[in-house]
Amino acid sequence: MGNLKFEERYDRNFNTLSPEEQKNLGASKVVVIGLGGLGGTVCEMMARVGIGHLTLIDGDVFEPSNLNRQLLSEEHLMGFPKAKAAKKRVNAINSRVIVNHLVEYVDESNLYERIKDTDVVMDCLDSIDTRFKLQDAAKKALVPIVSGAIAGVTGQVTTIIPGDSGYELIYGKKSRKQSKGVETRTGNMAYCAFLVAALQSSECLKLLLGRGDTLHNKLLIAELWTNTFEIVDLV
Amino acid sequence: MIKIDLKLFVTLSKYLPERSDYFEIQEKTTVDKLISDLGIPGELVKLIFINGKKKDSKYQLKNNDRVGLFPPVGGG
Repeated sequence: MGNLKFEERYDRNFNTLSPEEQKNLGASKVVVIGLGGLGGTVCEMMARVGIGHLTLIDGDVFEPSNLNRQLLSEEHLMGFPKAKAAKKRVNAINSRVIVNHLVEYVDESNLYERIKDTDVVMDCLDSIDTRFKLQDAAKKALVPIVSGAIAGVTGQVTTIIPGDSGYELIYGKKSRKQSKGVETRTGNMAYCAFLVAALQSSECLKLLLGRGDTLHNKLLIAELWTNTFEIVDLV
Repeated sequence: MIKIDLKLFVTLSKYLPERSDYFEIQEKTTVDKLISDLGIPGELVKLIFINGKKKDSKYQLKNNDRVGLFPPVGGG
């Protein structure tokens, strides 16, 4: 079905997007790092909105505790690599999307190589320590990051342009001690993960199209028990 | 005395006092002192925002300030 007409596939994207903008998305490259609660849903939205080139990275495999929130996890996929499931899902939605899937973890040894040719990198990681390493690599590669993070029913989203202080403004100075955040005590709820993934996807589109207001130097915080939504000026 | 609207997020919410949206404190109280008075271990607070802007812990609170204290959130 890869021969579906462009106008038919994206009919409901118009006129929110112009045909030219839709074509721009088709020529765009996005890297998604971490394919769990956030990354799995980000992949779904990237595929449906029409991003043409996706690099999907995660070294992990599915386990039963993923089923509460991770879109790509299914009962029959326990032990199956998340990156393979992500590629399968994206190409089931749109067989024309060029997907490079990598079953590997990222660190300072491979991050720069993985992101250097992309337009936007989506930070869907679950380690604060690795987020700082990604920021270093993205600064060198001159690539913007759209970062999401969740704990319980609280989520945060920000956009980091190369050279920003970025994570330091949110987590303080980087420290080996803070590999994980408070999510180790709260767990994560599906609807919060999906909400944050949606906000990240929206940020990604705005960066790619140069439209709208981004969360550059701002942190959007959502807390769902109290319906608190706040945008904090970080600088 | 002045009053502030206090919001504590995620794991900090267990330290939330009664009537947190109309919480009375002494004039010129710093955020450091507020955190200490609430019994919150200081290292748990990573981001302080007052009226929607990031501030440091030396900030002296003013009447009607909206105060948010946020822990490190890193899950994916």
